[in-house]
Amino acid sequence: MSLVAPKSARRPLPGWVEIVILPLVNVALAFLVVGVIVHIIGVDSFQALKLLLVGALGSSEAIGYTLYYATNFIFTGLAVAIAFHAGLFNIGGEGQAYIGGLGCGLAVLAFDRYLPGPLLILLAVLAAAAFGAAWAAVPAWMQAWRGSHIVITTIMFNFVASALMVYLLSNVLRPQGSMSPQSRGFSEAASLPSMQAVLKSVGIAVAPSALNLAFALALLSAVAVWVFLWRTSWGYALRTMGHNAEAATYAGTNLRRMTMLAMCLSGALAAGVAVNELLGVHHRIVLDFPAGYGFAGIAVALMGRSHPFGIVLAALLFGALQQGGTELSFEIPAMTREMVVVIQGLVILFCGALAHLPRPWLQALVGRRS
Amino acid sequence: MEETLTFVTLTLAATLRVATPLVLCAMGGLFSEKSGIIDVGLEGKMLMAAFFAAATASLTGSIWAGVGAGIVAAEVMALLHGVACITYRGNQVVSGIALNILAAGLTVVLGTAWFARGGQTPPLGDSERLMPIFFPVARDNILVYAALLSVPFTWWAIARTRFGLRLRAVGEMPLAVDGAGVSVGWLRYRAVLLCGLFAGLAGAYLSMAQNAGFSRDMTAGQGFIALAAIIFGKWRPFPAFGACLIFGLLDAVAIRLQGVSVPGVGEVPVQLIQALPYLLTLFLLAGFIGNAVAPKAAGIPYEKEH
Repeated sequence: MSLVAPKSARRPLPGWVEIVILPLVNVALAFLVVGVIVHIIGVDSFQALKLLLVGALGSSEAIGYTLYYATNFIFTGLAVAIAFHAGLFNIGGEGQAYIGGLGCGLAVLAFDRYLPGPLLILLAVLAAAAFGAAWAAVPAWMQAWRGSHIVITTIMFNFVASALMVYLLSNVLRPQGSMSPQSRGFSEAASLPSMQAVLKSVGIAVAPSALNLAFALALLSAVAVWVFLWRTSWGYALRTMGHNAEAATYAGTNLRRMTMLAMCLSGALAAGVAVNELLGVHHRIVLDFPAGYGFAGIAVALMGRSHPFGIVLAALLFGALQQGGTELSFEIPAMTREMVVVIQGLVILFCGALAHLPRPWLQALVGRRS
Repeated sequence: MEETLTFVTLTLAATLRVATPLVLCAMGGLFSEKSGIIDVGLEGKMLMAAFFAAATASLTGSIWAGVGAGIVAAEVMALLHGVACITYRGNQVVSGIALNILAAGLTVVLGTAWFARGGQTPPLGDSERLMPIFFPVARDNILVYAALLSVPFTWWAIARTRFGLRLRAVGEMPLAVDGAGVSVGWLRYRAVLLCGLFAGLAGAYLSMAQNAGFSRDMTAGQGFIALAAIIFGKWRPFPAFGACLIFGLLDAVAIRLQGVSVPGVGEVPVQLIQALPYLLTLFLLAGFIGNAVAPKAAGIPYEKEH
């Protein structure tokens, strides 16, 4: 958390204010500004909120889509958070998810005629993670061995990934005779089962949606990240490096190797977006499927205070906003889906860069009472 | 012979045209970075300026109101960055990213609400755009010359003025500047606001000169290419200008090379040329082409000891 917390000791706030109240005030400020913007557009904020809630949670189909979007946010939120804990700022989630999709897709395209479903999907998920990790490993290597700033290099790698994928999809992977820049469709065996089908098999009927088993994988990843960070010695070393690199060195941690580990895990987690989108929904490699989820992960991680549990909560909120916002834009044409992007930006601003803004107010409040 | 000459002239003119927003942005970014404030939000500032410039020009019909609105929009973003990074000592990269995402969303949200054209502003007529001054073929509007002048200006301001001396000092060792009785915060605010001014001009250029109106995400990474140019120029104005020209030339050539087979090489993928600015910068950052050293205090919020 060294990215958010100030370097010097400030007048401390009581623990519960620091952990619960301050983040809530930050989020509230962000949404206050959202309300002002909605008002400027000339839309009734409360009606918009009502439509948004109904759109996000009003039916089992709506909830399905909310959870499907949340899946992507969980993956990228975890990816940003695990790097945060190591004191690294990975802005490359977008590119890592994109290249992860390449690995995932190549594995399926190469083997979907030979392997049975479960094995094929396992292979595709592993390939996605490996490619995502590899794309993060280069900036990590540049940071650890050559001293280049990881923020700048991961930004550049996003653009390189995008150019590479456009080239591959329009020149190499595009089937002959097809005009659109995308790969051939995956075989049926490579489809992740939809949540509807899974629930039906245990006797629960829900409306069909894009929600698929990747959601379960995302929740598992969240648990795994928690166990790794707080219950293993590697996780401990990683967090030590994030808090105080010098202390970590004295404790015998190899900072270079730990940087590589943190970034590779981060890239592998970001590649979860590819699993959800390609194996779950598109069933082929498509252009621009990361669609800003990599950047949104920064908002999710900041809002969730880099804790897996907080990240899942924040991801559910962003999933609901995404789904509700889409429905809202059908009802009120003046409100576009990009409102969600505005909210992401404001959350990053208020929960990240301006995180200390309400601190003096809270100090005055708490100080008066004690 | 004459054909070659025309080709060269046109390519050079195109280079300058493409490089103009990069140069303006890079010079603005230089002021900010030299003062120790990292600016990954150049893209967002430029995008916001492009939107408000085109929106105002189309609503008022006045070119100068448009350019002015672009500058004001970028300055508001710059001020937000300043408040977050200088006053509240927030993380500079987080702030820059936030502003980029905010700009990407807000321009489309406001554009759709105000003009109902899917995020675009109404197309600008010739009387609402910045038109060529001397050579219509080269499309040399006033901002192209402003960009050319911004380079010696930036060099002079940073290397030859008292403000520049302090600016460089505050980017390397703010404690010393503070000790000399000069306000670190005020210096950095001025640097950030100068950055906003240049980014505003760059945005206005995009929507009022290079194009006739705003379209969503029209900056398309140029703010980051400008950032790459700053690094490539090792935080010095003239080398950064050179990097902008090289990157502009690559872009101009990429358009002309589309589908053309180069003798001895075959067809060069356009995407490779488009990715070259980033790849070159990565090679530089990895230490394969010299060494790029950022201002020492860049990215570190300054806190007074007492």
